[in-house]
Amino acid sequence: MKSPQWMRDPTPETAPLKRARLAPPPSLEGRTVGLFDIGKTRTKEFLDRVEFRLRERNIRTYRCGKPTNAKVATPENLQKIAEEVDVVLIGLSD
Amino acid sequence: MPGTFAVFAKRDCPTCELVAPVMGALAARDPAFKVYSQDDPAFPEQVATVEDDRELEAAFRHRIDIVPTLIRFEDGVEVARTEGWDAAEWRRITGIADLGDGLPALRPGCGSKSALPGVAEYLQVRFGDSGIRARRVEFGDYDDEVEVCFERGWTDGLPVVPPTDVRVLRMLQGTTRKPDEVVGLIPPNLAPCTVEKVAINAVMAGCKPEYMPVVLASIEAALEPEFTLHGLLATTYFSSPIIIVNGPVARRIGMNCGLNALGQGNRANATIGRALQLIVRNVGGGRPGEADRATLGGPGKYTFCFAEDESDAGWQPLSVARGFAPGVSTVTLFQGDGVQGFVDQRSRAPDELARSLAMGLNAIGHPKMALSQRAVLVLSPEHYAIFAEAGWDRARIEQELQAATEREGDDLVAGAHGVGEGMPAGMAGQKVPKFNPGGLMIVRAGGPAGLFSAILPGWIAGRNHLELQPVTKEIKP
Repeated sequence: MKSPQWMRDPTPETAPLKRARLAPPPSLEGRTVGLFDIGKTRTKEFLDRVEFRLRERNIRTYRCGKPTNAKVATPENLQKIAEEVDVVLIGLSD
Repeated sequence: MPGTFAVFAKRDCPTCELVAPVMGALAARDPAFKVYSQDDPAFPEQVATVEDDRELEAAFRHRIDIVPTLIRFEDGVEVARTEGWDAAEWRRITGIADLGDGLPALRPGCGSKSALPGVAEYLQVRFGDSGIRARRVEFGDYDDEVEVCFERGWTDGLPVVPPTDVRVLRMLQGTTRKPDEVVGLIPPNLAPCTVEKVAINAVMAGCKPEYMPVVLASIEAALEPEFTLHGLLATTYFSSPIIIVNGPVARRIGMNCGLNALGQGNRANATIGRALQLIVRNVGGGRPGEADRATLGGPGKYTFCFAEDESDAGWQPLSVARGFAPGVSTVTLFQGDGVQGFVDQRSRAPDELARSLAMGLNAIGHPKMALSQRAVLVLSPEHYAIFAEAGWDRARIEQELQAATEREGDDLVAGAHGVGEGMPAGMAGQKVPKFNPGGLMIVRAGGPAGLFSAILPGWIAGRNHLELQPVTKEIKP
């Protein structure tokens, strides 16, 4: 392992170092929601139910995922999803 | 022997090799004697236990510049030292009258490895206090530090050089100003910008330490009220700061004023302009899509900096025209856009070329607009030669261009020639100049071949032209 590494902050240090999450959209109306299956057991049932509830509200959905939870999603996969959706819900189940 | 002794040495030093038997003799007399070897802990063979100083910590702590260096300590405090081999000094310090008998009286030493270029800052960070006050941003063992900079929003879209302590310390060596000195408040957030923050951003931009005075002068110029940096960074228009460097500093730091002077390829040109932009972004918070509302922007918002060609003794440099003494290095900051190319390969007489240039100048912004924009005309050597051969100097060229860009108000008023854009109807029947007095600055630059010049249109500010002016500042160390 390498020794601790750091850089120096080029900003005026008025914001905390820990970056804030992106704010959620104010509404899902008119947006496409990606339902991302991470490949764990029974994720499908969970996302099926979420999709049913979203469609009840006339919100478009897009099913996507990766083959196994043991590996990270490939950049190609993420880029394809980014083309199709506005927000993503990642399904974790067991 | 009074006190204790230490010698700092390296095998890769002929003088150290010469005095190796002397070190052996000192070790034989005094068990507390120490040799710190900078490159080979087996050197010198005459000493049984050598201190391994390949990390150079001991050399750093004892501020060793030359090897060999002999130091005498009393109660742990240094009381005497000598550098190189000076038999008389070594004998005086050790009190051994016949030390080094048979050796030459004098041999200069070699440079300590701790004094090699760039090593001092590294050792300062590793073993001392860097003195850097900016917050640390840590990253993981397997993080790519360039990607960390992107993720934190610190870049202009191109990779930046990660601002590590060693790099920041080296950058600070480029100025005599103290790291905690506040250079000014950077808009839009009016955040205080210290010399240290300038250095951090200059590292990220790719600057060398010797560019620091130019970067600092550029910031000071940009912060003058008449430069209106806040409005410039926030405007929907194309403009951003253009930096023009005059004086001996341009040659000293290797700036380009010749072939491709407005283009890529020269480190100083590229990174000085970029440093200013990164400071606006990172310190001031002026980011596109936030405070920066540019409709289209332009490539000059990455960087736009060049030097004036002062090689013609008959030409008055821009800095002198703006009131500074010849030989004084300056930056002139102009609120401008990208390059509007100008071609005239047929005019051979100066008045003919002036009329031709006026056509190009009148096109900036909109051909029917006047009195709302400044401009920089970058005269190439071949175009300048036409004026110079006729004896036209800066003042004459400016005067002729001011006259040649004057037009009939009838052609400019809104609606004239079937075009809605234009000047107020009240200007009909008048002669209307394109530029207010002083609104056109001329700079010489460019490669030797090509009957092309460049027009750098200025920001359309839509206000009193005196409220918005270029600013020139002297570059100080």
